[in-house]
Amino acid sequence: MDRNQVHRQVALMRQSFFDQGFLDEQFIQLEELQDEANPNFVEEVVTLYYRDSTRLILNIEQALEKSPLDFNKLDCHMHQFKGSSSSIGAKKVKSECTQFREYCKAGNGEGCMRTFQQLKKEYAILKKKLETYFQMARQAGPKEIACRPKPKLDICPDLEKNYVGWIPSRFRYTFSF
Amino acid sequence: MENGFPIPKTDKFPAGLRVLVVDDDPTWLKILEKMLRRCLYEVTTCGLARDALRMLRERKDGFDIVISDVNMPDMDGFKLLERVGLEMDLPVIMMSVDGETSRVMKGVQHGACDYLLKPIRMKELSNIWQHVIRKKIHEVKDTESHESMGNIQLMRNESDDFHDGLLPSGGNLGAVKKRKDMENGKHDEQGLVDPSASKKARVVWSVDLHQKFVDAVNQIGFDKVGPKKILDLMNVPWLTREHVASHLQKFRLYLSRLQKENEQKSSFGGLKQQDFSSGDLPGGFGFQNSISMDLKNAANRNFGYIRNEISIDNLEPKVHEGDMKGMVSFLPGTKPTSPLMGDFPPHHKARMSSQMDLTHSFKSLDQNFKHQPLESTLSTQKWNKVSMMQFKQPPNQEPKPYPLLEDDHSPLLFSGPKHHFQVDLQNSAPSTDLRTSLQVCNNSSSVKIRPLNTQCRSNDDRIEFPTGCTINSIPLATGSHIKNQEAFETASTVTLGVKNHMVAENCINNWEPVREKLTAGEQALPSSLEENSQSCLLQGDGCTEDIGYQNVELSDYYNPELIADLQAQYYDEFEFNCDKLFDSIENPLVDQGLFMAYPQAARVNFCD
Repeated sequence: MDRNQVHRQVALMRQSFFDQGFLDEQFIQLEELQDEANPNFVEEVVTLYYRDSTRLILNIEQALEKSPLDFNKLDCHMHQFKGSSSSIGAKKVKSECTQFREYCKAGNGEGCMRTFQQLKKEYAILKKKLETYFQMARQAGPKEIACRPKPKLDICPDLEKNYVGWIPSRFRYTFSF
Repeated sequence: MENGFPIPKTDKFPAGLRVLVVDDDPTWLKILEKMLRRCLYEVTTCGLARDALRMLRERKDGFDIVISDVNMPDMDGFKLLERVGLEMDLPVIMMSVDGETSRVMKGVQHGACDYLLKPIRMKELSNIWQHVIRKKIHEVKDTESHESMGNIQLMRNESDDFHDGLLPSGGNLGAVKKRKDMENGKHDEQGLVDPSASKKARVVWSVDLHQKFVDAVNQIGFDKVGPKKILDLMNVPWLTREHVASHLQKFRLYLSRLQKENEQKSSFGGLKQQDFSSGDLPGGFGFQNSISMDLKNAANRNFGYIRNEISIDNLEPKVHEGDMKGMVSFLPGTKPTSPLMGDFPPHHKARMSSQMDLTHSFKSLDQNFKHQPLESTLSTQKWNKVSMMQFKQPPNQEPKPYPLLEDDHSPLLFSGPKHHFQVDLQNSAPSTDLRTSLQVCNNSSSVKIRPLNTQCRSNDDRIEFPTGCTINSIPLATGSHIKNQEAFETASTVTLGVKNHMVAENCINNWEPVREKLTAGEQALPSSLEENSQSCLLQGDGCTEDIGYQNVELSDYYNPELIADLQAQYYDEFEFNCDKLFDSIENPLVDQGLFMAYPQAARVNFCD
């Protein structure tokens, strides 16, 4: 069953985000917010985040070109970026932000630069991963989420038992096959 | 469904709560909107603080609560918070990724009812309606306490609470919150839960009401406004003088804030100013600030050098004073620092106290009687404390003194206003003198928080002041202080001038002789005690001009009929400090100092 395989793949991929520390619970929060009214809520938010944060990254980039570095300003920008990154639960990116701000406080320009490079890397990796993920999720089929399949839940009692967090219904029954 | 969001389904109340969300981050805006809608709230989102403010003004009574991000490019979230608190009197929740204690503290002190950390959880949002209710309950409580306490300081309760709850420095954030909760719990027990039942006592400064207020102020003219007049003009039957007074106080603070901002950013806020200005009103604040700055510098420069000689010599004049007033024995402690500020602050204070005379002359007698004995003892104690403190602690310019001074500070701050009440109540000259002197001291000690320690400028002043302040002006000079006294009498002329709404020029003119005198004094060598006191003036000499200006400027502002002015003035000073300090690097000590300085001010503003 091709479609089921895709489903399973999507679920595994999603799980790997958490396992590998790319995302945190905030992402689950977003998933929970997804409903009939906004069936693509998570994707929309992520897209919005990546669209908006390019601006923030640019700000930081520009601030880093200045010399001497204005650490206050850098910190401020990074604060903004961190806030934004927290919205989708971009865990790794966020921790780079924190590190960056530490360096700002210490007045360590070198550290800032380094962290910023790392940050951009994480930022790009996550972007790529999420893009793939959403693409696959779309391929996985129509939005079963539109009509939460209650009976299907019974098919996978294990899932209920080992429940660790909310899983979008469309992935839920991939476990049952 | 296992994702059990606490969505209110049956109870109608929290559903439909009108929430305004302000965040410059579109991603968060989207998420928050969705979350709040899930909670069945009515959501409006806004990406710019300025738009939010405009929206709040346009849609009068259109919102129940505001959620705002702290860091926004167009306007600091704290500023928005303040304005909303001032104009709309809505509960505001701040949010930020940054959970740094000092930031959160700033939010709380600016009147935020909650401070949420991003990422924000749905369950936190589902609960925000409580702040709407809580605010209502608090307002009821405040009104009640006002009524029961008569005309006494509106915010006393609050300040006391704050004193107890906040004083310990450092991370006692939890304590504050707990306390707050406890209070709320209390209310619940008292059965005040139903907001509609107690609504009659509540004063909500709706945009309409505020507009009426502003109209009234404009009609009267800003330099002449008084709560009573405004009240008459507003013609709102259920409003009391106290309500108007406290709102007027807020309003002044707000304007001063606005003014400061305009100076920094002339592009912004022009519109606002139009709304509220009555011609000449903003001018003064800027001046005041710059002056204090000057003084600060001056004080810094001269500080160390003067201190040494005076701290020893000055024990003598205190004896003179002691003869006159029992209390004065505490005074020497403050002497060492007296030269610091020269003669400027006392005038300032003197003026304030004379205002008080006018303010309360129409108060009924029985009230006065009630408070008199109590206050005087209070003041003694407090004064006592300060002087001890100062003894203990060599005048020191470093921020270090803050924590030590903290304890004294907050009672003092509020004891100041209290004394003012009495000045006119006891009309016998000697007691007035005493009071006035205390006032001066108290007032000044409240300013102590500043690194420059403006506290208790000059023992000499104390003697002269009464003459200036009490309108009957009884010369109390002891031999060695004649010079000063003259100077200060002139100063008090200015004071009186202000009172009588004399024009600025007169005030300046009045100042001329003082300056001459000061220059004359300059010739003498500071070898004797007498000279010491002169040297105080000398120091001030550099600033004399400024002082003159200040009085002039302020005369536009401070109306004799307003107690609230006192706080406003305090607040200005604190505000000045705080802004400065906050802007500088986050020094924990400074923070602490601020922390101490700020709560009262903030409370005064936002808690009535």
